[in-house]
Amino acid sequence: MEQLWEFLSFSEPNIRYVTFGSILLCSSAAVVGSFIFLKKKALVGDAVAHSVLPGVCLGFILAGNKNPFILVSGAFLTGWLSLVIIDYISAKSKIKEDTAIGLILSVFFGIGILLLTYIQHTGNAAQSGLDHFLFGKAAAMVSSDLNVFTGIAFMLIIAVVLFFKEFTLISFDVDFARTIGFPVKRLELVLTTLTVLAIVAGIQAIGVVLMAAILITPAAAARFWTNNLKKMVFLAASFGGFSGLAGAFISYAAPAMPTGPWIVMVISVVALFSFFFAPGKGIVMKFISRRKIENKMRDENILKLLFQLGQQDGNYYQQRSIEDILAKRPFKPKQLITGLERLRSQGFLENGSGRWKFTSAGQKKGARMVKLHRLWEVYLTRYLRIASDHVHEDAETIEHIITPDLEAKLEKLLEYPAKDPHQSDIPYL
Amino acid sequence: MIQQVADPAVEVHDLTVTYHKKPVLWDIDLTLPKGSIIGIIGPNGAGKSTLIKAMMNLVPHGSGYVRIFNQDIDDVRDKISYVPQKESVDWDFPASVMDVVLMGRYARLGLFKRPRKADKEVALDCLRKVGMEAYKSRQISQLSGGQQQRVFLARALAQEAEIYFMDEPFAGVDAATEKAIIDLLREMSEKGKTVIVIHHDIQSALEYFNWIVLLNMRLVASGPTGQTLVPALLEETYGGKLPLLAEVGNLMQKTEFTGRDKR
Repeated sequence: MEQLWEFLSFSEPNIRYVTFGSILLCSSAAVVGSFIFLKKKALVGDAVAHSVLPGVCLGFILAGNKNPFILVSGAFLTGWLSLVIIDYISAKSKIKEDTAIGLILSVFFGIGILLLTYIQHTGNAAQSGLDHFLFGKAAAMVSSDLNVFTGIAFMLIIAVVLFFKEFTLISFDVDFARTIGFPVKRLELVLTTLTVLAIVAGIQAIGVVLMAAILITPAAAARFWTNNLKKMVFLAASFGGFSGLAGAFISYAAPAMPTGPWIVMVISVVALFSFFFAPGKGIVMKFISRRKIENKMRDENILKLLFQLGQQDGNYYQQRSIEDILAKRPFKPKQLITGLERLRSQGFLENGSGRWKFTSAGQKKGARMVKLHRLWEVYLTRYLRIASDHVHEDAETIEHIITPDLEAKLEKLLEYPAKDPHQSDIPYL
Repeated sequence: MIQQVADPAVEVHDLTVTYHKKPVLWDIDLTLPKGSIIGIIGPNGAGKSTLIKAMMNLVPHGSGYVRIFNQDIDDVRDKISYVPQKESVDWDFPASVMDVVLMGRYARLGLFKRPRKADKEVALDCLRKVGMEAYKSRQISQLSGGQQQRVFLARALAQEAEIYFMDEPFAGVDAATEKAIIDLLREMSEKGKTVIVIHHDIQSALEYFNWIVLLNMRLVASGPTGQTLVPALLEETYGGKLPLLAEVGNLMQKTEFTGRDKR
């Protein structure tokens, strides 16, 4: 806890820089990644991330130290090269893109590890910490690194803002973009370059192995919450920024831990939460709305049943016990009781000494359900030529879906029939 | 029956298109009249989509050339509008109906500029013309097939182009949408716009189009509807590929024969 306060108070300037840097790196990667996600190129991002490792190592071998400019240039070069080769292989040979990605990713990463091992055995003192490029160590960033990386991150965000309309169009409908004369090839080149840069900027804080996660996961999580692209990109940036903040904190609190895996953990939790709880799309929310529909159908069935009993006895407002209801239709007793209680609280039923009866609003609603059921049966026999003994099951479902608008159309189309196919009366209000 | 016209909207000159070295269009040579509603008809795999894509320079030409309004395509991009097959895009994309229609204004806006109020008004007007005004804020994934097609049409209208290329606009739409589309096409043609439509149904083609192109990897006919939609020519179009032509095509693919490619 004390650590958290010390961290959050930003008393140490270095903490301030590193935290600010991590947030910016992760959110800029998430912004660029949003378009990679929409273009369905997530795997390409992963391939590039792994392919920057040999560039970093070559840069180090050339410079003899960890000069961020040279390391970044090397990373950029091999990252780019991997993309060019993937494109070339999938365009010019029978090998499909996914295979090409798998090939290039492993070959480049393999070379990277070879070079890294070689460097570690040269005995160069400056090489200590180079292995942080694998899994990341935010706290190891010094101010010269930060200047370079945050500079790149700023540039990325500005570029995406500038090209927002263009990137949207080439992600949605690239042929259309070509027909209106947009320089599609050059725009894709820009987006690709931004992708490589986003990865390069994040290698020290997150590491090459897990960089693809920070590129893609925030966008995937954000997509659950909104259907608006601007909001999606903004949310992705916030999610990315949050995981960057968490990563920076952990990097201080537990210096032995690599930062990358922690950042990935945090963003994955955000994504999982979105997956389960986002309104409309999350599976928990879907489950809840399905439960609501099931309850609505059961309640309507109870009202329908009470109406049928009333029609049978000629008294709609008679009090009925739970046994009376169960004798007519086998509800699950527990569900029946909660249904009855709910209907009472909504004002459709009244309860007197354990027995249930309609209010006038309840009687009306029950009548409507019976009417819809029987109208649908008439419709099926007349228009779909279904035998009258086969229409009940279908009407049991459809009666709950029909809107007042459809109800009016149905009545007009069938000309207010008096009887259903089983010769029962259809109640009109 | 290949009729050429003077001062054409589109001129296709000896066009051959290959896909992985295999020719999919052989020596297409035709001219299309301005202000007509033109139907391109042929069986599956006849190269209909490839032909209109080649007309807009979306696929590389093996040999031959295309001119639109007697100009190079790149010089008349602002006069061209393309309505792709609605299956060609991901309708789950995070965009509203209005967002998609506004894309029709992008060519006029150019790079880096945001849509202005005037563009939004034009887009809204186009949505009204296709009867989708009430859906302007709707997320595109919630649209039916017919509504998706109307949105694409509104986007095309927003381009205020002179020539429209439409890839199967009638495929998978309801009767009301089909009627709305054809009414709109007639209105456009009355205003002198040229509309080129890929179509499947021969029955309705007779009624919809005043110029027909019959295609089956090669050009079978191009001319006024009355003279082209005749049993003999239809049989030639739908009677299958020419076996010899297909064999030569396969041979070109196998031997990596590059003689026909410019590049």
